[in-house]
This record gives sequence, C-alpha cells and structure tokens, in this order.
Amino acid sequence: MPAPIKNIPPQPIAFQTLLSAAFLIFLFVGCDEVIHVQNEPLRTDFHEQLQLTTDKIELCASCPPGFERTPDNRCLLRTPYQQYQSLGNSGVGGLQTALPAWRDGFSPQQIDLGRYLFFDPILSGNGEMSCASCHHPDKGFSDGLPRSKGLNGEELARGAPSLWNTAFLQRFFWDARAESLEEQALEPLFHADEMNNSPQQLEATLNRHPAYTRLFQEAFPQTQNRPIAVADVATALTAFQSTLISLNSRYDQYVHGYHDALNQKEIEGFNVFRSFVARCSECHTPPLFTNQQIAVIGSPEPDGRSLDPGVAETTGEASLRGGFKVPGLRNIALTAPYMHSGNFSDLRDVVAFYNKGRGHAVPPDEDLRIHWHIWEPNLSEYELDRLVDFLHTLTDESFKPRVPEVLPSGYSAQFLTTLPENPTP
Amino acid sequence: MKRLLKWTGWLLLAGVVFGAGFLIGGNFLRKPPPPPPMPTFFSGAESRDVNIEGERSGRVIDVKEGQLIQEAVMDASPGDLIRVFPGTYHETVYVDKSNLTFQGVIQHGKWPVLDGRDSLNDAFLYSGHFITIENFTMQNYKGNGIMGQSGNNFVVRNNRIINTGVYGIFPQFGKNGLIERNTLSGIADAAIYVGMSDHIDVRFNEVFENVAGIEIENCRHALVEYNNVYNNTGGILVFITPGLPIKTCRDVIVRNNFVYNNNHENFGAPGSIVSFIPPGSGMVIMAADDVTVENNIIYGNDNVGIAITDHAFLGSIPADPESEPNPDRVVLLDNLMFNNGNNPVEEVKVLMATKFSKRGPDILAIGGGEGSCIRDRARYRTFGLDGYADCPEISTADVLSYLLPEPAPEDERTLHDLGKLTWYGVCSGCHAYNIRLIGPPVNALQAMYKDNPQGVADYIVNPEKRRPDFPEMPPQNYLTAETRLEVARYMLELEE
Repeated sequence: MPAPIKNIPPQPIAFQTLLSAAFLIFLFVGCDEVIHVQNEPLRTDFHEQLQLTTDKIELCASCPPGFERTPDNRCLLRTPYQQYQSLGNSGVGGLQTALPAWRDGFSPQQIDLGRYLFFDPILSGNGEMSCASCHHPDKGFSDGLPRSKGLNGEELARGAPSLWNTAFLQRFFWDARAESLEEQALEPLFHADEMNNSPQQLEATLNRHPAYTRLFQEAFPQTQNRPIAVADVATALTAFQSTLISLNSRYDQYVHGYHDALNQKEIEGFNVFRSFVARCSECHTPPLFTNQQIAVIGSPEPDGRSLDPGVAETTGEASLRGGFKVPGLRNIALTAPYMHSGNFSDLRDVVAFYNKGRGHAVPPDEDLRIHWHIWEPNLSEYELDRLVDFLHTLTDESFKPRVPEVLPSGYSAQFLTTLPENPTP
Repeated sequence: MKRLLKWTGWLLLAGVVFGAGFLIGGNFLRKPPPPPPMPTFFSGAESRDVNIEGERSGRVIDVKEGQLIQEAVMDASPGDLIRVFPGTYHETVYVDKSNLTFQGVIQHGKWPVLDGRDSLNDAFLYSGHFITIENFTMQNYKGNGIMGQSGNNFVVRNNRIINTGVYGIFPQFGKNGLIERNTLSGIADAAIYVGMSDHIDVRFNEVFENVAGIEIENCRHALVEYNNVYNNTGGILVFITPGLPIKTCRDVIVRNNFVYNNNHENFGAPGSIVSFIPPGSGMVIMAADDVTVENNIIYGNDNVGIAITDHAFLGSIPADPESEPNPDRVVLLDNLMFNNGNNPVEEVKVLMATKFSKRGPDILAIGGGEGSCIRDRARYRTFGLDGYADCPEISTADVLSYLLPEPAPEDERTLHDLGKLTWYGVCSGCHAYNIRLIGPPVNALQAMYKDNPQGVADYIVNPEKRRPDFPEMPPQNYLTAETRLEVARYMLELEE
C-alpha cells in the first residue's frame, strides 16, 4: 500500500471556487467588491450564508482616491493645491492658495473599516440607523431634510452638515462644539435623540461579531487582541471621513489655470462672490470656501420655530447668540435645504437672504450682534442668479466612496431599513 | 515791608509744604512704571529699493478707448505689460493670472478712467502674484477700486481713486506689497485697507474725505509713512479685528505722516467696523501689538490725536476668544501734536472731566495692554498713560522698508510634483494600480504605453472609446500640456 503523499485536508470545491472568484473580482472590480461573489451557491440557511459572506470581507489594502500610500502603510493626501502657499499657513486666500492643515496618515485598513462602520446600522442603539442615514453619499453627505431625524423618526434641532472636506476643519457641528473628528463622531452615536447607543453596548455588540473582531484586529494590529474599544471606532470613522475629499470641481480646474472651465456667467458670479459688495468670500473664503469662524448672520428659523441660540448656548458667550460655524460651500448644490435649520429650500433663496438687508429676519424681541459683513449690498436679480451659477461650479463627487454591499455585522447598508430580525450569528 | 516779608515767608512755607506733600503723595499713590520694553520687534531692512516685480517678457499690449482691458488680460501671458490709453472704460477687470503690469498712459494730462457708473462692483480684482497697477483713475464703483486676494509681490502706484464704494485699495492675504503715491477720496470705509497681509509699505499717499484714511488690519510688518491724511473720520487705524481667520496684528510702524483735521462726519455703513469711529480721531490703535508711532505731525483732530484701545471699543461686535483684545507694547516716540480735542465725543468728554478739562487729549489710552511706553510725555495732553513707561533711546530710523529684500517666493512647483499631485488629485478617482475602479487599472495602461508618455498625454486630451465594457473617459483638456505629460510620466512609473 503506497504511503500517503501528504495528508491534505479535504476542501470543499465550492470554497475553492469562491476563493478564486473572489480573487479574480478583487483584481478587476475593486476593494469594496471583494465579497461580491456571484458564483456563490445559494444557501438555504440564512445565518450560515451570512457567516460565510461576512467572513469574506477583506479590508482594502490600498489607499482611496486622492491618497498616496507610504512605505509604512499610511495614506497621505495628495492634491494640486499642495503646489501653493498661504499667508501664515492659514489656508485661506484666493485661487492658488494652499489648504489649511488637515487630517490624514491613517492606514488603508483603518479607512476601509471606517467605511464599513459608517454604513452599518449596528452602531445605533436599535440597529436601525447608521451614520449614513443622515450623511448619505448620494445627498452630498447630508440627508436632504431641513432638520435631520433621530432614531425614532423624531425631528432634531438642526440639519445634517455635509461631510465633504471635513478633514480640513478645526471645529465640528453647527455650533462648533467639537474640536476633532473623533469627538464629533461619538456624539451622535451616544445621543439619546440620535443613534441612542451606549459605549458599553457598542463595544459589546462589535465584540460579538467575529467579522468585526477580525477586521478591527487587522486595522489596529498594535492592539494585541484586546477587545474592540469605542476609541477604535472613533479612529476608524475619522480615518474614513478624512478621505471625503472634494477638490476637483470645475472651479478647481479654473484655479489650476484652465480658464475655460467656467463659462462667462459663472465667472461673473465668481466676481460678484469675491467682490466686497456681496462679500461672500470674506467668510466663505477659498480654497475651502469657509474661513472656519463663527458668524452671527441672523438667518430666519422656519415658521413656528424659536430662534436657535447656536454658539451662545454651548459657550455661554452671549454676544454669539445666533452664531454658527461658517460652513464650507464645496458640493453645496447637492445639500439643499440650507442654513442650520433648513429654512431655505434652494440656493437662490439663500443668496437673496443676504441681499435683503442687515438683520431683516431677526425677531423683533432679539438683539443679535450681526456680523459686520452682513449689510445691504443691493445686488441685482441678475447678480443673484449669477451667484447661484457660480455655486454650482463647486460640485465634485469624483472621490465619492462606494456603499458596501454587505456589512461585517450582516446588516444591510440600506438606510433606515432592517434585515431579518436578529441577524447576529 | 516787614509785613510783606512775613507774608512772603508764609507763602513760601505753604508752597514748600504743598510741594512736598504733592511729591510724597504722588510717589505713594502712583504705581512705579514698569520697566521699559525691549523694542526688538522692528527689524532693519537694508534698502528701500523696490524689488518686487517679476520677470518681464518685453511684450506690450495696448488698450485704447472703446476696447476692453479684460480682453487684454485674456490675451496676456506672464511678464506682459498692458498699457491703457486715456479714455473712459466701464468694466470690472479681473486678473486670475500672475505677473502682469497694468500701466495707465497719461497724455496731455488726460488719464485712463475706469468708471463703474455706480453699478459695477470693482474696478480691479486680482488673485495672481506680481501684479502692478499704476496711473489709473477709478471712480463710481460699489465695492472697491482695487481688490487683491492672496496675490504676493504687488505694486499699486499713482492711482486716483474716488468714490469706489467700500474700499479704495484693498489687498488681502498678500505678502510683500507696495502702495504708494495714490490719491483717494470719498470712500465709505477705508481708503487704503491692508487686511491680513504681511510685509507691506504704504507711503506717499494722500487720503481725504473718507471714513478711514489708512487701515492696517490683522497684518504683520507694515510701514505707514509720509502719507498725507486729512479730513477723514479717522485718519490712520491699526487694528486687530476679531472674528477673522488670521488673528494677529504686530510690528507696525506709523511715522512721518501728516494726520490733521480728521473731522469728517462718519458715513460708514451701519454695523461696519469703521462706523464705530468717532469723527475727529487722528489715529486709532485697537488691540494691535508692537506698534511704533514716530515723527508724525498730528493736529486739529477734534476728538483725540491718538486713541489706543482694546476690543471694548467695538461695542456690539461678537466676541472672539481666539483674538487677543489688548494693545501691547505700543511705542510712542517723538510726535508733534497740537490743537487736538477741540470737540470730543461724549465718552471722551466724561473721561477728560476727571482731569478738569473739556478738551479731548492728544493721546488717549483706555482698556488693557501692557509693555507700552512714551517718550517725553509732558509734551502732550494725555489720558490713561500712567501705566506707560518712559521709552528708551530708540528710533525706527534703521528701518527703511518692510518690503522683503527679495520677492516673496513663488509657489513650489516641480514637474515631478505636478505629475504626482495631478495623478492623485484627478486621475486616482477612476484609476488604481491593479484594480478596476471606473477606468482600466494602471498596470494594464503601463503595458500599453510603455515608454510613451506622450501617447498617454495625447489620448487623455481627446479620448476615444476603446473598451466596450468601460465607460468613455471624459477629456482632460483642462490640464495644461505640461501637466498632461507630467502626469502621464508619473502614471507610467507607478509601482503600486
């Protein structure tokens, strides 16, 4: 009897097929499609299939668009704006002006893990809401609502800010109450009106999922098999959010020297935008179209809502009553309705607001310290139209990330919907 | 006689006692002055020679009445000179290119005139570096005569700017700029407004009948000298304005200026910063640091000659915790001041009443601040300068200019960087090394275009559909030929 050559454990053919199919698709489809295996035989047992599918999720080993991978496996932002300088490294100025300081340097694995977490409703208290519920990539990373909705469908106080270019921001939320993306990311997770989770429950849930424990280990190899912690979630979400870069609009093509990128009407609009009559660019300063300051502009609340005290409430500084962070205008055409509580349904209404005179919409019993740049510019209707034309040139979604088709938790990335009950393996 | 002596003796005694008491009391009551500051903050410059112009191409583009200056800008390349002949031009000239000179030609006393007819916003808007604008009349605009955003190495010279709205000359976010020999009047905010800029000289200008004559705001290293500043609401302002992204203003020299009769009514827009300035204010230093005032002639300003104040001056401006509100290390050297304060505003009247005076002072300091000094304080009528030390023997005479000895460096642009940054900033949205995103993977393209970067550069400007299973590539014609070639080279060398 011939001796056995080697004791090879029998492998199911299906698995090998799957593996090679996955590999092929990895080569030709892209990182986030790794688990999208079409040849997979249909399983009758849902949980078994889920286990198999989530087991196949691999974190992307290359950096997302716009980022160069360093030999020590970090993703660094690369953009033509890095050719330029800015006064005192302030990151504000004119056209060919450098960007302000930014967050980068995360590993591709952390970024991709952040992407899964971002879309995963398992982060919410009842598994019905993900970050993307309010920051939807197809809606400019906002939600199209005047004021966002919380876990139980209840209306929140303010609209969801876009997440494009948050890598460059120093302060977060409309009232600037957070100073890092990490700090920002955790607040809605644990806020009773929003995702209503708790740190303990979040950690417990993630640590129960074999796919997540494996992926966190991959993204945070230095953690030496310790359980997943809330701080890791914050880091991964920050890593992902800091890759949402939009700096390749037609406006940017104009900046880098292609004059024909903007048509005549758009250039007219740009000249109104930066003139000291309209003064838009004094606060919405290029290249990010925000100077990151707090401004009291006296924009009205929707009918029936009382004045939002904004920054005054969080800082106790009474002179900032009604003050909010100046939002950046990149991809602004995608994020209607506008202002902190969504009072204006389109950009034309927004620019008209600034033309109606200093403090015209302030309630009579309020004495707001309106920003000095808010005045009565007496722009013509034609000029207001041109401003809107120009704002549309700031749209660029070429680095929009993909929505994962399967999540490590087994949930679907469909927003505000749930898969079959109790999908946890 | 004896009686007279006796009375004189009593009077003498009384005088001695009073004098002694005054001295002792004064010494006990007055805080000892802080040690004089070390005025190390103004740095000497070697020369006043202007060396802030770019290289010239030798090409001249002439613009005559009936033509548009803007068309010349579109046609121009860096280094060109655009000459504008006498006549009236109704346009806003925007300049998003670098290294252009706009030179008005003055013939038989006739100037080129840019007229906004009270409906256009700005005469000149520029964002490029190395922009020179000289010999123009600009009038009747709603916004600015000249507005610069982020351009370095600029010269604004010998222009007449009348009623151009909010500002006359307004460079912002610029470095190394010269503003000289301009005449400005009828401006509703600051005639010359240097905002958030570094290394600026403002000299030999004449500014009158504006709300503010010259304003240096949130700037570092600015020299304001030999200007003729009269009949504005406020003559010369050196400010840290809160709420701006650049938070400091320091190392400013104001010297050798005439600052007189700045008593014009305030016609600033309600709510604007300058709307807070009381008429009759010769000079206002608000929150700025290391400001030296030397050899100015300051007279006939009805409120106060020089006011030094903190942010409390701006009654209703929202707070900015990141903005330090106090003027520190103000240095008041020799200045000739007389006949100021003849009609002070109510607040100043109240202050001066405590000094049994109805007139406003030559120099008024209110609010916080430390490390300041004044030379020969007895020459002036002052209020609030008790905390000021006596200045040491210093002078700004060694500072000839705050312009940089060499032009501010241009942006760093190596060809390799250009290719790499464009690859990641533009191409990486659709192409990755060995995986398919939207377009084919790079390794497949490398195999196709080995040693042929020009082939790639030619294809991407005018792509044709070759692969049935891929979407058609949009033309990348917005990249310059140079950029296209460099990005092609970069892509063909990519290893990951």
